Amino acid sequence: MATSVDTLGPPSTSVGVIGWLRKNLFSSWFNSILTIICLVLIYSVVSPLLIWAFTSARWTVITENLRLFMTGPYPPDQVWRVWLVLVIVSAMFGISASVFGGTIRTFGTWLAAGYLLLALLPFGGDGRVWLLANLAILVAGFLAGTRLQKWRAWVVAAWLVSFFATLVLLQGFSGSTVLPEIGTNQWGGLLLTFMLAVVSIVLSFPLGILLALGRRSHLPAIKIFSILYIELVRGVPLVTILFMTQIMLPLFLPQGMRVDNVVRAMAAFTLFTAAYMAENVRGGLQAIPGGQIEAAQALGLNNALVTLFIVLPQALRMVIPAIVSLFISLFKDTTLATIVALLELLGVGRSVLAQPEFLGLQTEVYVFIAAIFFVFSYAMSFASYRLEAALGVGKR
Amino acid sequence: MVSQIVFVIVVALVAFFLYSNVSSAMRQRGLVAGFDFLNRESGFEIGEGLIPYTSSDTYGRALLVGLLNTLLVSVVGIFFATILGVITGVARLSSNWLVNRIAAVYIEIFRNTPLLVQLVFIYFGVFVKLPPVRDTLEFAGAFYANQRGVFIPRPVPSSGFNSWLGFIAAGVIAAGVLWVILSRNPKTRVTLYPLIAPVVAVIVLPALGWLLAGQAPLGLEFPERGKFNFTGGLALSPEFSALTLGLVIYTAAFIAEVVRGGLQAVKRGQIEAAHALGLNEIQILQLVVFPQAMRVIVPPLTSQYLNLVKNSSLAIAIGYPDLFNVGATTMNQTGQPVPVIILVMAIYLSISLFTSLLMNIYNTRVQILEK
Repeated sequence: MATSVDTLGPPSTSVGVIGWLRKNLFSSWFNSILTIICLVLIYSVVSPLLIWAFTSARWTVITENLRLFMTGPYPPDQVWRVWLVLVIVSAMFGISASVFGGTIRTFGTWLAAGYLLLALLPFGGDGRVWLLANLAILVAGFLAGTRLQKWRAWVVAAWLVSFFATLVLLQGFSGSTVLPEIGTNQWGGLLLTFMLAVVSIVLSFPLGILLALGRRSHLPAIKIFSILYIELVRGVPLVTILFMTQIMLPLFLPQGMRVDNVVRAMAAFTLFTAAYMAENVRGGLQAIPGGQIEAAQALGLNNALVTLFIVLPQALRMVIPAIVSLFISLFKDTTLATIVALLELLGVGRSVLAQPEFLGLQTEVYVFIAAIFFVFSYAMSFASYRLEAALGVGKR
Repeated sequence: MVSQIVFVIVVALVAFFLYSNVSSAMRQRGLVAGFDFLNRESGFEIGEGLIPYTSSDTYGRALLVGLLNTLLVSVVGIFFATILGVITGVARLSSNWLVNRIAAVYIEIFRNTPLLVQLVFIYFGVFVKLPPVRDTLEFAGAFYANQRGVFIPRPVPSSGFNSWLGFIAAGVIAAGVLWVILSRNPKTRVTLYPLIAPVVAVIVLPALGWLLAGQAPLGLEFPERGKFNFTGGLALSPEFSALTLGLVIYTAAFIAEVVRGGLQAVKRGQIEAAHALGLNEIQILQLVVFPQAMRVIVPPLTSQYLNLVKNSSLAIAIGYPDLFNVGATTMNQTGQPVPVIILVMAIYLSISLFTSLLMNIYNTRVQILEK
């Protein structure tokens, strides 16, 4: 039996808190100086910020206009339709969370936590009831989803159906008493921000795929058209395209046809995003090994079938993270609609600031708006990062 | 072949349909096509510009003022965004935990909020709220900020300036020659000389010239508080300052990620191998890391530069007279939106294509180092 030897533990200066501090903050005199400078910097930025946020900031401008920030000029007695849309989205997220698992599951968990947090915050009205209902639906969807494992394709289809259902629900029908028509001009706030982004990304998806395929086509006419379109759109600022659709779309259309400002903006965002979508999809198409195509051709598939069943499914799977990134930048870019006088989140903020009782509260309003964008963008970029890891992009 | 013909015919038909709609709509609304308006008197003032302009000048000159403003903001923005971006990108890889975290927080905050929100915040929330002239903020006795803008010292050339320029030129030429000679020579290229000698030349020769000149060739003119506002120095309008600041802060966050990605793309083994060969840290940076990282960095960096140029069109939200803003005013005044917007888009497109051309040339040169 070996005699126990007193093994000397690692020196107390290299383990634990002190060890961590030494290694990460004070490893050399240069690092020590940097650390001290950083501490001073953090203190001088964070402490006035916190003092401002908790003492002198007048957050009433947010709480009093919360409905405006969320839905803009949407008729208050019809806001239940927006809540209902949220319920549909929650249900779909719940189902997807258990059917697909992985990143969407994490996302669903965060969504549930978000609902709970918002429900606990001291906002008045019936919002709390709706938030808790959303939470319940999310959980119910999750439980229901455990029995739907074999219905993955149907869940994807259901997302598409719910997208159109959402549009119908928000828009309503003219003359209907249950769902009176609410034109897109009455959409606003965060609702409009989301609708602009979601509608544009969904519509730009098929357009982008067509352009990407066109750019790789062997037919010169189609190829040149695609290249011209993509490079032209990518070479100009988004705001010029927004102006162009605002001014020129009515001219392009036959007489008597009128489109709302919101629809014109959606057209601009769609046309703009399609070019970037095309480049993303092209990246995916290029990553498909030639052997895949040759094997498919050897099996006797024609070109259309090869593209549809062999190339596209693999390529699209690969570009999902890139599409999420594209959606994030589109989501942020929807603020540009303010410039053409739409009342999306930033537009509502500016109109609130124009009211005499809220003059001079720019900091509060813009910090609030920035925070909303940050929460959603950060969550999505986190999801995209996770997806990238899960799909093993760049590792195959 | 058939499908191509069908496609061309369909595109042509759609184009004709749209064209006929546009022309009938334009005729109906009394709009005319063509660029005659460029020679007409504009009748509106522009807040600031690099060339003289009055409201009796033409629309063409107004748009030129706007274009120059766009280019000014772009060049200044790209310069500072690159510096801030590289510093942040390197800080993001720092072994110091605190430095690393601060860089990460900065990057995440500014990448995940819309540029337009940042711009309106900086302009309406900060610059517009600066104190009036009598309560001007002062920094280090040379920098001032108030409602009217930011005032900084301006370099003023004196009589000896031209001959001093000669010394600078000599320094630059000497540096170039030294660099070529030292980096071609197989003995000196692996040492530090190709990096240090040109820098020394570029500093020493102009310094020598400065000393020989007797009178300083370049003086600094400080802003002075006048009765109503500051005179002298360089006055930056609040709009220009806010736009440049916003673009720099936003773009730098993206450039930082590009730089980090590029530096991380250099494999650990490369650096270890260089260490094993006995190269010192600076040699490793210069001969191993830098050439390989540049290859990864340049293409995405180009698109960030282009994004900055295109994003400068958001100037319209804070009233800086850039190309797009002047264009929008021209649209309203002339009542000819179609040619104006086409012209403005064409100019932006040319800037984009020209920039990417330049960067592609540089990129090919960097890529050749591979082998």
